Amino acid sequence: MNQHLRYLSSRVLAGAMSRREFMGRAAALGLTAATASTFLSSAARAAGPRKGGTIKVGIQGGGSSDSLDPALAANATATSVSRLWGEPLVELDPQGGLWPRLAESFEASADARVWTFKIRSGVNFSNGKTMTPEDVLATMERHSGEDTKSGALGIMRGIKAMSVDGQNFIVELESPNADLPYLLTDYHLLIQPNGGKDDPAAGIGTGPYVLKTVEPGVRFVGEKNPDYWDDSLGHADTIEFIVINDDTARVAAVQSGQVDMINRVPPRTAGLVDRAPNINVRTTAGPGHYVFIMHCDTAPFDNMDLRMALKYGINRQEMVEKILFGYGSVGNDTPINSSYPLYTELEQRSYDPDKAKFHLEKSGFDGTVLLRTSDNSFPGAPDAAALFQQSCGAAGINVEIKREPNDGYWSEVWNKKPFVTSYWGGRPTQDSMFSTAYLSTADWNDTRFKNEQFDQLLYAARAELDEAKRKQMYADMSLLVHNEGGLICPMFNQFIDAVGEGVEGWVDAKTGFELNNFYAPMKMWVAA
Amino acid sequence: MGPALRLVAQRLALGLLLLLMVSVVIFAGTMILPGDVAQSILGQSATPEALANLREELGVNDPALTRYFEWLFGVFRGDLGTALTNNQDILTSIVGRMQNTLFLAFWAALISVPLAIFLGLLAVRYRNRWPDKLISAVTLTSISIPEFLIGYVLMYFIGVQLGWAPTVATVYDGMSLGEKLHAIALPVAVLTLVVLAHMMRMTRAAILNVMQSAYVETAELKGLTMFKIIWRHAFPNSIAPIVNVVMLNLAYLVVGVVVIEVVFTYPGMGQYLVDHVAKRDIPVVQACGLIFAAVYIGLNMVADIVSILSNPRLRHPK
Repeated sequence: MNQHLRYLSSRVLAGAMSRREFMGRAAALGLTAATASTFLSSAARAAGPRKGGTIKVGIQGGGSSDSLDPALAANATATSVSRLWGEPLVELDPQGGLWPRLAESFEASADARVWTFKIRSGVNFSNGKTMTPEDVLATMERHSGEDTKSGALGIMRGIKAMSVDGQNFIVELESPNADLPYLLTDYHLLIQPNGGKDDPAAGIGTGPYVLKTVEPGVRFVGEKNPDYWDDSLGHADTIEFIVINDDTARVAAVQSGQVDMINRVPPRTAGLVDRAPNINVRTTAGPGHYVFIMHCDTAPFDNMDLRMALKYGINRQEMVEKILFGYGSVGNDTPINSSYPLYTELEQRSYDPDKAKFHLEKSGFDGTVLLRTSDNSFPGAPDAAALFQQSCGAAGINVEIKREPNDGYWSEVWNKKPFVTSYWGGRPTQDSMFSTAYLSTADWNDTRFKNEQFDQLLYAARAELDEAKRKQMYADMSLLVHNEGGLICPMFNQFIDAVGEGVEGWVDAKTGFELNNFYAPMKMWVAA
Repeated sequence: MGPALRLVAQRLALGLLLLLMVSVVIFAGTMILPGDVAQSILGQSATPEALANLREELGVNDPALTRYFEWLFGVFRGDLGTALTNNQDILTSIVGRMQNTLFLAFWAALISVPLAIFLGLLAVRYRNRWPDKLISAVTLTSISIPEFLIGYVLMYFIGVQLGWAPTVATVYDGMSLGEKLHAIALPVAVLTLVVLAHMMRMTRAAILNVMQSAYVETAELKGLTMFKIIWRHAFPNSIAPIVNVVMLNLAYLVVGVVVIEVVFTYPGMGQYLVDHVAKRDIPVVQACGLIFAAVYIGLNMVADIVSILSNPRLRHPK
């Protein structure tokens, strides 16, 4: 039977048989539609990518106010468009690990204080100039200068000096950091001619596509860069992004075949969308998580027992079912999950009204806790807050919910008020996640978690090149946040994309952002 | 100068004065918006240094009065400034968006206005009989359903199930007129359904009102056909209220289609405005506000002037 199927799928790939006919014959052989579909797509992958054609992407997250300057990229559209025309030194491999792009290779000194990146030679920018290590240096300077607006500034701050030596780009750090290449996968850090100092929003880089049409918030068209150095990326002649911010319109666009793939299918309807005959829903479990955050230094949350009571008062399983509709996994009051390279599982904390009551009594707190939330703090946040209120109520904890407007939530409420709902997109490594939001001195320490032991462990782990020891340190740090921190993390969300049958070559990712870390349009190809 | 001309000149002057006052309101309104443009541009993941650097560069630290007059004089010179968020010239961006909005509004108006007036006349002709009741029932139903819902329903049945029209109405340069019309078929249909009832009901009411007059009875006694009476005698005399409601709906087609633009991903002014409000890009919000106000005031002025001119007592003074 297998042989016959293989024969049939080769006929489909050769264009001699329609997909529909294949599914019919496969059903006659006793295969379910899902199995037949899987068989066909693995056959397509084995046959290799087809060149040519147009891939259209319906994408959420862009506005007409977006700039092409990668330093200002802050949404899915800006990020995925910049992937078309530009490249970083190193990229995150969606299968885990690192994927060298403009840096051919890299190595650290024994103390992880000096990093040397060997820059790929013979690569041209789309304006015809050759990309040099000087351009790399200029790019990093632009993102780390005193007056930069770059979203990557936080990452660049630990750099003491940068220099060029022949084809090498050398970074000297203030303090050792074994994770520097991971940090340089940041999506802002695309190499531009002279670092983009002359014209940051020109959209000129070394990427697989050259932008032909730029209409912010509406449409972006890239045409294949004929000189692109890497044959394994960029199969379609043209990639077109259409910004469709409305959820229903985006799903309708992939259903009617107007676009080949979309990002951010609402979890509420993802199950229904997957049942549609010509669409596959693809999920990526990443480090992104939804949080309830308490300021550890503000009354009443400075009371560790009250924090513990609230941690026991949340029903994580219920949230995954009702807020994420199953598209996610339970959190464990630490920002780290299995998508991090050095993850250690902690004992799972679960909903326990009795323990919550015990800690509440121990804390001596008998008032009402005010929780602020808004629609844009994460999808379904007000509903999640209501669930939390109910599960806490069963444990005798009074939670009052205040609905804040979306406008100004990030500037007026988050990181200002003591108890709010929010989200984190996650970071590529434990070190960067912890240093971004849990180090005492971090700007975005949105739980005001100040723990000396934690800070010391963080610095020690950075300099530690022995993986087993580092892993233990990160486990200890996770445990500290889990027990003493102000973070209540009920769930890790998944990215949900939908892909039409007009394109092939999807590879499931273990980590990264949506649409295969935004590389899906370039890694996939137009179906026969 | 005839009284009609004087009245028209008066309207024009009043319109301009009103626009100036609106500019103050718009400016004041945008000043009291909560939130911070720098924070909105850089998102949740902005460091305090990056925020301070950006605020300095955007010049949002100057006093409000200075900024108002700089802005106003800029507008007089035809300079709407540059967008804070992406440094693009606002005028250039707006012209393209405005063309799209007008394109959509034009086709929607071209279909809906004659259709509404024709249906109104038809309803009067068959007053209180089944055509009248059917027309009223259908149009009142379509105006009562929220427009985004009509949009989704049409999208599902006509776009996804039947595949007759695209669900994404994005138009761009390089499309032929035919392709553009195909792309906007669904939004035009929705807009037509939304504005039809208002104009149709007004036409019907205004003509029925005139139908009570003595001269219509005279015409009837002369033996004229019903439709001729309506078209030749009743309609010209009820033109003023009809033009008023038509202009109101045209203004809606230009300034009120934000929801439809978002639902169908149509790159018009509304979507442009919403994107920039979300980002606190004040100069763009001000420019859009001013243009919307100008369109609204302008169309209402046209309605006023038409009703003045359609009044014979003003056209032919003693």
